Amino acid sequence: MSSKIGEVIEASTGEFTAQCYELHRPPPFGSLVKTREGEVEIYGVVSRAETTSIEQGRRPIARGREEKEEEDIYRASPQLEKLLRTDFTALVVGHREGRGGRESEKGGGSGETEKGEKLHHYLPPRPARIHSFVYLCDREEAVQFSQSLDFLSILVGAGVQADELIAASLRHVAAEQPDPQDFLIRSGKELAVLLGGETNRLNTILRRIKW
Amino acid sequence: MMEERRLGIVVSGSLARGVEVRLDGAVSVEDIAVGRYVTIEGEKRRFFGMITDVTLDAIDQRLMTTPPDVSDPFIAEVLSGTSTFGRLHILPSLTIGGDALSLLEGPQQVKTVPTHFSVVHEASEQDVERVFGQVEEKQFYIGTPLDMETRVRLNPGELVKRSNGIFGKSGTGKTFLARLILIGILQEEAAVNLVFDMHSEYGWEGTSEEGRKVKALKQLFPSKVAVFTLDEEGARRRKVSTDFVVEIGYDEIEPEDIAMLRETLGLTDAAVQATYRLARRFGERKWLESFLAMESREEMNELAQSLQEHEATMAALHRRLDSLRRLRFLVPQARDNAIQRILEYLDRGMNVVLEFGRYTDIVAYMLVANLLTRRIHAQYRERMERAMGEDIASPRPLVITIEEAHKFLSHELAGQTIFGTIAREMRKYNVTLLVIDQRPSGIDEEVMSQIGTKITCLLDNERDIDSVLTGVSGKSELKAVLAKLDTKQQTLIFGHAVPMPVVVRTREYGSPQSYKELGFREALELKKQAEEDKDLWG
Repeated sequence: MSSKIGEVIEASTGEFTAQCYELHRPPPFGSLVKTREGEVEIYGVVSRAETTSIEQGRRPIARGREEKEEEDIYRASPQLEKLLRTDFTALVVGHREGRGGRESEKGGGSGETEKGEKLHHYLPPRPARIHSFVYLCDREEAVQFSQSLDFLSILVGAGVQADELIAASLRHVAAEQPDPQDFLIRSGKELAVLLGGETNRLNTILRRIKW
Repeated sequence: MMEERRLGIVVSGSLARGVEVRLDGAVSVEDIAVGRYVTIEGEKRRFFGMITDVTLDAIDQRLMTTPPDVSDPFIAEVLSGTSTFGRLHILPSLTIGGDALSLLEGPQQVKTVPTHFSVVHEASEQDVERVFGQVEEKQFYIGTPLDMETRVRLNPGELVKRSNGIFGKSGTGKTFLARLILIGILQEEAAVNLVFDMHSEYGWEGTSEEGRKVKALKQLFPSKVAVFTLDEEGARRRKVSTDFVVEIGYDEIEPEDIAMLRETLGLTDAAVQATYRLARRFGERKWLESFLAMESREEMNELAQSLQEHEATMAALHRRLDSLRRLRFLVPQARDNAIQRILEYLDRGMNVVLEFGRYTDIVAYMLVANLLTRRIHAQYRERMERAMGEDIASPRPLVITIEEAHKFLSHELAGQTIFGTIAREMRKYNVTLLVIDQRPSGIDEEVMSQIGTKITCLLDNERDIDSVLTGVSGKSELKAVLAKLDTKQQTLIFGHAVPMPVVVRTREYGSPQSYKELGFREALELKKQAEEDKDLWG
């Protein structure tokens, strides 16, 4: 069962940002999350997470000089939980048509073949809606989504930390696979093709996803 | 039809040079061998071709200069087939199947190349069968393609329509191959054979490379083969049952026969000319005997003067011709006419193997082979011409097998010897050659180009390879294949009798099982059969 972890607060075609319901508990870097726009489920790979003050410009100050444990700071100032927020950004890597609205009753992905459903590994027609719930995909869904490795081509062009992101997301998805080694080899080969002549990048990623 | 292993896809190429195939990641280059067959699924037709080269390639040149950490099996596995991959060079030769027409007409020569990214598979047994023809029970086959079980048919009927050559350096199995082919021709009665057997290997028995005795033609097919010999004593010692002892009378040797031996005997042009004058003086049938009978110097000088020849020339000629006397089969007057005997046997459909016994030197071989062939060819020619004019049956097709062919068919001699004539005129007079040779570069180019089917074992001399492959399309590709043949039991066959070049693992020869497959039946078995027949007919 996918678990609800946050809510979209900013969305564009290529990515969406969500605020976590729990402070300091964003989904792991590279993990697969999903949200919804009407009938369309939008899948994203967590590409960034940050915890900041809720008010722009008001930076938190150090409070622990007298405390023994870090947790004591939060115990002494319970309002901190309300003054801080954890946000994360996910890079949109695909979407599923014709399923919206049933997630809460039904749980995880139940196969592309289900009537009227189609999984696509490219950008959805519209961005997610603000305040759409964001769920962390469960094992079954991650496996299903990663049956096609087409999403890697989106990650390859993700910018500065693209290589880290690719490696992290592959590590995550691989961990859910029945045969992680085989999956990583398949992905590695796909990357070798995508990266073409960029052998150094390829080497960097391969060293990071070694099982 | 069973789906064969996918090898890769076509990425580039041309009709002249063959196509390049990028190997799939899952296929290791080490599993590939040159000479193997593949099919290419084009858009409209299927192509049938042979792998002629294997190359390693990489997507990025930097990989070669800074190799990745391949000690890590994961990285090595990811890179193989993606960043680094194998390439195959394939020479498409035929198109098969595809549309109804090509199914009807059978394999056709290629006139184009498959489209980009056509898928390449290993050829299936059925494909090979479709190309080389199905081998029916009792039909002759030469062997199997590399790593396959399908039998490759070599149609003796087609084979004997042209002169053929078996080439290969010594020790590569030319003799075994020749024996097989002779058996094929004999079995299917495509022609009768006349074998000039220099080392006595084809008639009764031969020896394998390991010194094991193997049965030869007469032992396998006693009712179809006659062994003639030049060396009766030797044959008796070897316990070979011979059918006829060949003697050649001095009266049968003509000046042309001596001209052939010019080089081997070391005769000058003047000496060769002198033989013609001698023949004019003493008569065609008498000249050699009369000349050799002269013993005194005075007699010789007198003769030289009357013929207006130099005395020294005559003396030298006499000395050289005198050396022929050591050939014991040469007698002043033969007891029986060998040529007539050979022709009789051939007419009855018997194959004749002429063993040379201890006369293994080239002078004897060339003299006898040339002499007999010239007469037999003349007879065939006469009969063919009569057959054409009078509408009677033409004589049986005849295949004459000669060894050391480069000696007869060298550039200097090819124009003069009967063998050059036979090779050039093809089957006009129903006579063709099977030449066996280890130095094909010594054979005249014109003759070489007339050879219909070339069956070559390993050759490693550049000039020999070149001369064998002259005029073949895809020459440089085949060169690579030819140079990589095993020394044993592997042969490249191309030319008239096969639809495309084929590398064959020659069928086994020498074991009881192989004899049986070739149609040999033990005496015991024959007896049993005879008894059964008797029961049947009462």
